[in-house]
Amino acid sequence: MLEMTGISKVYRTDLIETHALRDFSLGVGDGEFVAVTGPSGSGKTTFMNVAGLLEVFDTGAYKLDGEDVSRLSDEQRSRLRNEKIGFIFQSFNLIPDLDIYDNVDVPLRYRRLDAKDRDQRIKSALEVVGLSSRMHHMPSQLSGGQQQRAAIARALAGDPRFLLADEPTGNVDSLMARQVMDLLEQINEMGTTIIMVTHDPELARRAHRNVHIVDGQISDFRPYEPRNEEIMTGIGIAPVAATMSPA
Amino acid sequence: MLGYYFKLALRNLNRNPGLTTLMIGAVALGIAVCVMTLTMYRAMSGNPIWWKNDVLYAVTLDAWDPKEPANEDRPELPPWQLTYRDAMALIESDIPKHKIIMHKAIGVVAVDGLRVKPERALTRVTTSDFFAIFDVPFKYGGGWAPRADEGPEPVAVLSKKMNDKVFGGENSVGRQIRWNDREFRVVGVLDHWLPLPIFYDVNNGSLEEPEDVFIPFGWNVALELQSAGNTNGWKPEEIETYQDFINSEDIWIQMWVELPDATARQRFQAFIDNYVIAQKKSGRFQRPLNNRLTPVDQWLIDNEVVGNDDRVLVGLAFAFLAVCLLNTVGLLLAKFLNNAPITGIRRALGASRRQVFMQHLVEVSVISSIGAVAGLALGGLMLMGLRALYTVDPTDGGGTQALAHVDFTSVATALLLALFATVAAGLYPAWRIGRIPPAIYLKAQ
Repeated sequence: MLEMTGISKVYRTDLIETHALRDFSLGVGDGEFVAVTGPSGSGKTTFMNVAGLLEVFDTGAYKLDGEDVSRLSDEQRSRLRNEKIGFIFQSFNLIPDLDIYDNVDVPLRYRRLDAKDRDQRIKSALEVVGLSSRMHHMPSQLSGGQQQRAAIARALAGDPRFLLADEPTGNVDSLMARQVMDLLEQINEMGTTIIMVTHDPELARRAHRNVHIVDGQISDFRPYEPRNEEIMTGIGIAPVAATMSPA
Repeated sequence: MLGYYFKLALRNLNRNPGLTTLMIGAVALGIAVCVMTLTMYRAMSGNPIWWKNDVLYAVTLDAWDPKEPANEDRPELPPWQLTYRDAMALIESDIPKHKIIMHKAIGVVAVDGLRVKPERALTRVTTSDFFAIFDVPFKYGGGWAPRADEGPEPVAVLSKKMNDKVFGGENSVGRQIRWNDREFRVVGVLDHWLPLPIFYDVNNGSLEEPEDVFIPFGWNVALELQSAGNTNGWKPEEIETYQDFINSEDIWIQMWVELPDATARQRFQAFIDNYVIAQKKSGRFQRPLNNRLTPVDQWLIDNEVVGNDDRVLVGLAFAFLAVCLLNTVGLLLAKFLNNAPITGIRRALGASRRQVFMQHLVEVSVISSIGAVAGLALGGLMLMGLRALYTVDPTDGGGTQALAHVDFTSVATALLLALFATVAAGLYPAWRIGRIPPAIYLKAQ
């Protein structure tokens, strides 16, 4: 599903260079649920941005669903992002002056789906997250947990191949955090690959695999421990990940 | 997608109402000033009778002071008006298809038996061809016959405005009016007629409306009329009687002729040259021979209807529009950057740079369209204000009254130009917002 090899990303200013990712290699298989942990400034978010095609990398190779993304134009990267990736952010990132229905509609608009198809997808996604009755509420009228569920519905509506979740429970209380986690597990069980950045070791333990990043490199990883036979079927540990050595 | 972008643009207007109002205000102000200036410029500079430009001529003779020209800035030009006696001599020619001599006067119009208070009315005292030579449209009746100039016959033509005011817009042909306490019979009522600039008498105010009453030229002597416009003289003369005045070297009469072809033009030029040569023998016209037949286009230039100041004013108006648009660029950048986190979300959800650019360009178009409409309205208000400012005397046509009748071609031109300029001004902010890396806003939102 995702295969990064020797990725480097450097942020430069006039005075300093910051190596956000150094020779970073990771493979994630179809249907995996990978937790990414690490201290602040370790490169977790840069990894997520590169993985989500929101930033370009300096060196290395990145294949997403078998497609080399390093030479894609902005138009092609945007299309890939729209069709294959769903984002879930810590601060939800709902558009404040659109109601929940219209928020979920945003990625579908860029896919140029017809109105009927969009409507079906939006309603179905909102049903999955349990927000059908709130579809015409504004984000400010919802609790933090509901907003995150709406954001998950937005990510799901496009039927993406994998979800990138950046601290999805960071802004909700522990009860809501558990609900959000349950929801992500359900989604994963339906076959969607999930990569989740988190500071919470409890949540990280619920993933199939835990990748720990320090100074832009993978310092540790917990091998894949399938939770059930169904998920295990067809999913293998990516070969690149298997060769990873701690920094 | 355009429909979606349009919907978003309308929604975004409310997102930063202060910035939106400032932008629309800046665009509107720039456009309003341009529309007002262009309208004035067009009103002042157009040839309102262009279809007769090659047959219609102002007649001028250089009967001025032998020691100095009539116009020191343009010494090559003869004076712009004629003496009464020269005008009376030239009107005798049968070469022109149409010919007129005339001047402006002021009278008071009253109607017996009607509860209409006497009106002070600008009046044109003219020979009969005035209406034919300038293609003046009639609503009721028509002009008078040439013999009415000689009688003179007590006949008058009213403007539409005067007829509306005095007779409530009815067909007043055959009705009597009192003009300076003398009875005149209405023989015609003009339809709407607004030649701008008022080319046939530019020295009296190029933006004035045509006169409200027209009476035969023959009434000059009978009523001892004088010009309500400029009367200029160079020669110290004893003028004690009206007869002295009309025999003097004072110039106050305008003359126009319609010469249908080059032959007629040459013949009439020879006619006026011969007239002047003959006059030279009696001691008049001591300046070099300089008799001119000037077409309307050249007449407007010679009389500086469109001066350099006006052109500078148009330039300044466009410079002001440019300043407004530059401000708008800054405001657009501020607005778009203010909304960059939302753009970042859209980018993350699959919007390409091109789609972000298009979305913002549609937003710019909506803002500029609203600004353009507001600018047009504001420009209209400014013109009305200008009109009110200059209309001190309600009977005075008040040059800018005419500006209420804006030329929609020039307004449309200004609007299209402004719309294009505003959208062009929005290209950079729309492009800029699409280039911002989305990731930096997603974490900080």
